[in-house]
Formats: sequence, structure tokens, C-alpha cells
Amino acid sequence: MKKRAMKSSLAAHSAPQIQAIERRLFLKQGLSLGALALLSGCELTEDGAVQRVLTSMSRWNDAAQGWLFNPDKLAPEYPASAITTPFPFNAYYGEDEVRAVDASSYQLELAGLIRDKKPWGLLELYALPQTSQITRHICVEGWSAIGKWGGVRFSTFLERIGADTSAKYVGFKCLDDYYSSIDMASALHPQTLLAFRYADQILPPKYGFPMKLRIPTKLGFKNPKHIAAMFVTNTHPGGYWEDQGYNWFSGS
Amino acid sequence: MNAAQQDRPAEWVQIHPLIVRIAHWVNALAILIMVTSGWRIYNASPLFDFRIPGALTLGGWLAGALQWHFAAMWLLAANGLVYVFYGIASGHFRRKLLPITFAAVLHDVLAALRGELAHGDLSVYNAAQRAAYVAIIVAGIVLVFSGLAIWKPVQLQELTALCGGYEGARLVHFFAMAIVVLLVLAHLVMVILVPRTFPTMITGGARRA
Repeated sequence: MKKRAMKSSLAAHSAPQIQAIERRLFLKQGLSLGALALLSGCELTEDGAVQRVLTSMSRWNDAAQGWLFNPDKLAPEYPASAITTPFPFNAYYGEDEVRAVDASSYQLELAGLIRDKKPWGLLELYALPQTSQITRHICVEGWSAIGKWGGVRFSTFLERIGADTSAKYVGFKCLDDYYSSIDMASALHPQTLLAFRYADQILPPKYGFPMKLRIPTKLGFKNPKHIAAMFVTNTHPGGYWEDQGYNWFSGS
Repeated sequence: MNAAQQDRPAEWVQIHPLIVRIAHWVNALAILIMVTSGWRIYNASPLFDFRIPGALTLGGWLAGALQWHFAAMWLLAANGLVYVFYGIASGHFRRKLLPITFAAVLHDVLAALRGELAHGDLSVYNAAQRAAYVAIIVAGIVLVFSGLAIWKPVQLQELTALCGGYEGARLVHFFAMAIVVLLVLAHLVMVILVPRTFPTMITGGARRA
């Protein structure tokens, strides 16, 4: 009923008048689209073509960082007096949502290009040769904090389980549903640890009990906590933040 | 001399060579992207007790800003390398930016503030311009190196140590940015005050006044 009324009232206007209105509308919409595109990077980033360029630049930066990575270059270590207290909690969830993990039933699952895939219990992991480091944790947000982590060199563990170290990636799945992955060269770096301790104490839940990856040659979000499973692969595994647009390599 | 040059009026003078004009506009775009995305990155963990208004920033969120920053850094660095090598090798820097004396800079800055600075010959920079252009080149170089120090505090740790460590490098990067932004603002004000300098950075030349 209403529609027909509108149609008839439109018909009352002459065709040139309507065309002029349409032209004005078209111009106005075109202008505001252009203004919107210029307004802020928010709109620019959401544009398909621009986002494709940015994503391929991020892949290029992965390659550049892989090339720049020197396996013999050690992250600076600090005296105990430099440790940041309290060491900040950080995760994709709040501190009140930290997962409680049962130590007695915990088992680290192994998959992928690994010779011996038997799961590891905590006591077996604690029995591996232990080392510690006081290094700077650098968050992608910009802040940094110095802490002391203890555990087994990741390269020792990879050797012990017969991992194919000629493969490209090591992926991690975590009990807090976080996931991440690193390149094999960084995995074999002497300061990359499977950490079971923070400040000489068993890793507290907020820092990733029962174990986290401590990798001072990468940004903080490449240090997954509460690790439940790890796998060796040649297929790019991505990560929780990486899949949302954060640079995958994220080397320091 | 080619035909096009012969056709020009006799008083037409070249002020900015083509390579300098291209480098200028590529740099303007790169700096705009680097500064606005850098502000968004700053907001993720502010060094000081203020944040940059979101509307002035690029990237929408931290990951987007980082993508812009680490994409445009290649543009900035490649363009900067071409410009600096050209400037040194061709004698452009020596001819246009030297000599600079403190007395001359002070004299010309004071004259500029009184609105009495002459811009008769656009092909010769006054001392205030020379000082500002040298300062922005130096600040740009400091920005690039402090940025590398923040990006690669392990692989390039000697550079990071030179900047006063990781946290020191963040401060150096911030203040070098602030100097560049202030110099760009002063530069834009001067272009508005002496508008006939603007087309010379596009066409390369001007009629002698």
C-alpha cells in the first residue's frame, strides 16, 4: 500500500528531476566512500588488496628474519639483581582464568616427524639434564621483563626423542587452548629451553605449569605455556596470534 | 642540451634534481606510514603517561599497525639508502647543506621568526633550512638504527647496547620520532608561508625571481 503511494508520488516528478537527484546521490556516496578510505588505516587495512600486500610483506619478513638468525648468537644474560619482580602475568585471558593442571596425570604427547613418540611424564622430564638462564622476555606490545627460567635444553630433548631436525617446524598445543610454532633453527638454539622452573621454583600455574617453552630469541607470545603436545612437521602450523595477523617468525 | 630544455624560458632554473624529488615524495609516504603506525604500536605499551588519539593512528589494532610498520620500513630504508648515497656521491649534500655555522643558523632562525627571512633564490638554502635538513637526515638515521635495535635486540645486540639497551632503544626511537615530527611540522608551516617552494618539489624548477 505504502510502496504504491510512493511510486505514484515519484511518478508525479519529471524524469530529469529524478535523474538529477540520482546523480547527486551517486556523487555524494562516491565522495563519502573516498573520504572513508582516506579517513584512517582501519578502513585501509580491511581493504582486500592492501591486506594481501601487508600479509605478503609479513611472509617476506619471516624469510628475512630466518636469514638474519644466527644460531650462535646468544641472548644477553643478566645478574639475579636485574630480575623484574613481580614478573608480569600475560596471556590471551585474565589471571583469574589460569588453568589448573594435575601433575600426576600430566603427560607430554609427541607427534609428527619423531622417532620415539612415547608420552613423557613430569618426573621423566625433571630427570633430564637441567640448565637455567636469566634473560629478557620482550612482549610484542613493547614492554619487557627479566626473569629466571630453568629446564632442559630443547635441542637435548629433540635429540632424545629422535626428532627429525631437518624438518622445518616444531608446533605446540597447550592446555589453555593456545597454540604456536617455531622454526627448527630457533628450536635448536642453545638458549631455547623446555622450562619447568621459574626463579628456582616449580613453574607456578600463572607462568605455565607444568612447562613452557622459554625462547629468548623470540617475542613473548612465541613462548607457549602449559604445553600438552608438540609435533615436528614440514607443514606451516601457524599459531593463536600468528593466525590473526601477528608476524610468525617474531625473532628478537 | 635537448629540445625541451631549449624551449624553456631563459630564466628557468633547476632547483631539485629528479632523484631528489622522487626520494622526497617516497620518503613523505614512508614517514607518514611509519609515524602513524608507530603511534598505534606505542599505544600498546605507552612509555609515558599519554596515548596517541586512535584517529591519528594507522593499522586499527596492534597486529595491523605492526604489519604496516614492518612493511613500510623497507620502503623507508631502501629510499633512504638511495637518497643518502646519492647525496654523498654526487656532492648534493656538500653543495646544498654546507657550510653550516652556528652564527649563521642563529641569525637565520631569528630572521625567520621575525618573518624577515628572504627566499629570493630557491636554489640556495638559508642556514636555518640547512640546519633543519641536516637534523632531519640525522634524526632519520637514528630512527632507523634505534628501530633495528628494538626489532632485533638479540641478533643486533651490539646496536641495542649502543642505544642504552632494549628499554633505552625504545626511548631513543621515541625521541628521534618526536624530532622528525616537529621538523616535518615546521617544514609544512614554511611551505605554507612560502608557497612557491611547493611546485619546485614537483616540477624541479622555477623561474628566477
